Amino acid sequence: MSQHVVKHATLSNGLTVLVETMPAVQSAAFSLLVNAGSVYDPPHQNGTTTALADWTARGAGNLNSRQLLAELDRLGIQGNESAGTQHMVFRASCLAANLPAALRLYGDIVRKPHLPEEEFEAVLSGVEHGLLAIEDEPRQKVMVELLRRCYPHPWGQPSEGTLEDLPNITPESVRNHFERCVKPDKAILGVAGNVTLETVLPVVESVFGDWTGSNDQTVPTGTVSPVREHLDHESTQTQIGVAYPGVAYADPEYYAAWAAVNVLSGGMSSRLFTEIREKRGLCYSVYATLNTLKDRGQVLCYAGTTSERAQETLDVLRAELVRLGEGIGQDELDRCKARAKSSLIMAQESSGSRASSLARNWYHLGRVVTLNEVRSEIEALTVQKVLDYVHKHPAQDFSILTIGPAALK
Amino acid sequence: MQFHHTTLPNGLEVVAELNNDAYSVAFGFYVKAGARDESGDVSGVSHFLEHMAFKGTERFSAEDVNRIFDEYGADYNAMTGEESTVFYSSVLPEYLPQTFELQASILFPTLRQDDFDMEKKVILEEIGMYEDQPSSVAYDKAMQLHFSGHDLGQSILGTVASVSGLTSEQMRSYHQDHYRAGNIVLAVAGNTDWKTVLELAEKHCGHWPAGVSPRSTAAATHAAQTEFVVKDQCQQEQIIQLASAPSCTDPRRFAAELLTVIVGDDSNSRLYWELVDPGLVESAECGYYEFEGAGTYLTFLNGDPETTRENLETINRLYEAVNAEGITADELEQAKNKIATRIVLRSERPMGRLSSLGGNWLVRREYRSVEDDLATVRGVTLEDIRQLLKEFPLMQTTTVGVGPLDKLPA
Repeated sequence: MSQHVVKHATLSNGLTVLVETMPAVQSAAFSLLVNAGSVYDPPHQNGTTTALADWTARGAGNLNSRQLLAELDRLGIQGNESAGTQHMVFRASCLAANLPAALRLYGDIVRKPHLPEEEFEAVLSGVEHGLLAIEDEPRQKVMVELLRRCYPHPWGQPSEGTLEDLPNITPESVRNHFERCVKPDKAILGVAGNVTLETVLPVVESVFGDWTGSNDQTVPTGTVSPVREHLDHESTQTQIGVAYPGVAYADPEYYAAWAAVNVLSGGMSSRLFTEIREKRGLCYSVYATLNTLKDRGQVLCYAGTTSERAQETLDVLRAELVRLGEGIGQDELDRCKARAKSSLIMAQESSGSRASSLARNWYHLGRVVTLNEVRSEIEALTVQKVLDYVHKHPAQDFSILTIGPAALK
Repeated sequence: MQFHHTTLPNGLEVVAELNNDAYSVAFGFYVKAGARDESGDVSGVSHFLEHMAFKGTERFSAEDVNRIFDEYGADYNAMTGEESTVFYSSVLPEYLPQTFELQASILFPTLRQDDFDMEKKVILEEIGMYEDQPSSVAYDKAMQLHFSGHDLGQSILGTVASVSGLTSEQMRSYHQDHYRAGNIVLAVAGNTDWKTVLELAEKHCGHWPAGVSPRSTAAATHAAQTEFVVKDQCQQEQIIQLASAPSCTDPRRFAAELLTVIVGDDSNSRLYWELVDPGLVESAECGYYEFEGAGTYLTFLNGDPETTRENLETINRLYEAVNAEGITADELEQAKNKIATRIVLRSERPMGRLSSLGGNWLVRREYRSVEDDLATVRGVTLEDIRQLLKEFPLMQTTTVGVGPLDKLPA
């Protein structure tokens, strides 16, 4: 397996640039993380960041809204701006030759958005429509609401915002958020594709070099304890969300935690799929995934099932989570490793996925993580290591949220 | 990139686009068997059969199938549509022989009764899941109305009643009719060599029964119809509208693709600026879908129920303006660049090339390289768009709403 070269540099204003050179592709992609995510939404104004993300693309630099989107299309740049928990995220993919132009346009979007007053109502209306769409998709809503319950405030609050807070958001509060948070310090730009640091860095310097400032706010973090809750909804299926504590990406036991969740839900031979869908026919969709913040993580499980069979589904799901502590087969771990090996190799075919991973890894660990490093961490796992992790972090303290016609026991 | 093609003695079409620089190899069996090939009393059988394939053969049990694919780290799945059932895998080149054998063999599953009964429950759950998704309900209903009396109006999943009533004998008979080598295309994209492909195909597919099953591609006629499915619990009203567009063998399909990007892409299109950018709706899009013997423009609208009528009228005005005046050279140029980038980005992974390779061969017996697609898109002119609009104007022929409304408000 040939190894892509990853190089990085940190500008004097605190922006870190990471570039992975992928000689076999024609494209390039970037993922820019700015320390301005929804955890910094002002109190009772959850949705401020998502409103800002939409507003930034409505004209920037010397282009108005229409000119900006036309220019992105003309250059074949597929981009988007979104609110994450810790970060505002700006992403784009294009042909490698157009990467400098993409960085310049996004430099304006990030640093010089017009934030036109007359469009603010449209921005909020767009945010509201997005939230109403989630209300109409209980599958999506159950996971949004589960996160809110399993992480302490504001780490679990939806980055999409909430309907009840929307009326409190004003143009001033969003501008304030922009002024205080959208700063280069701690910003991370991951770039991957048929480009090199040597060619990208001068462009980044010219676009972001004279950007200054930092977001020094500390986020007061609340506390959280396991909850059981049901939300009534008229539907054919009941949506079940279950969460319990895992570990953060930076934790030394992260890879063991990753393997434990993959034994449960990595591929169609994994336990949840086998026990809940294949052997009992209870669900079409069932999964578990390890979700991590910088300092903590949660295992999030989902199942959607016809309401009459929902109780049995929840019972089997919980039993399977607990049963993991009784033992794991060598064959189960071997399959996790095989799947990881394939997906790590195939990740080298996608510039977008590499750009995002580079930036995300830097945020969590403060260093470059190569695919080879991930591979050797996974190779080094043993059944005993994974079991030790499971015994240290057993499936307990469940937060359980259901949405459907009736509550479960 | 190197293209290869052969036909096995039993009629199986084999196509490959090989690239030694790729990290993976993707392969898929494209079976010409979809919802439109089902007679009324077996509605949903194509999709149910796709699930049953993974329940295995005499040699591979259901557990074996899932386990072996995972042991080789395969990224694999299957999907069923109106016109085809596709089984595909993406693997590291060294695991191609093992995963190929498994994938090929499950196209001829044993259909054990206990597996059949268990999987029926999963299918009913899948139907339940889509029932709770307003956009799926709207799509199903819109296709049913727009193509009423035509085989393209048949539901992919089927209904609770049709699936509950299906027997394994009916499935077996459907399988015998449609899973014949002449009805199947094997497509391979990425890092392997042609000799390996041929050996694997001959070894694992050479004994498949020969033959084809005919499909009627009679033209459909459409009477303007409107229907509202009431879901009081919904906050927004989802609308799907369908109208005639070029079929999948019509050279004007590229112009249709460009036209709908200009008019109704999710960003920087006419619908976007008119309805989405001002915050009037959650989404307003127009897309082009091609089938054998028919094609559709699909308009999608999601927004406040009270403003649905107004928004549909806005769309109507906008469509009439395009039908009368066409589009601008600048719009065409932007759309070409947008589509060209999409084609290139999608093609970077063998999995992305596979869908183009298999799909083109299944319906058109045509190989198109990335360069072919780019050249065709680049070559579309304003005059081509004008000609297209003359025969296939943007229309809102069939309308289905799902949400609080029981009719369009006055």
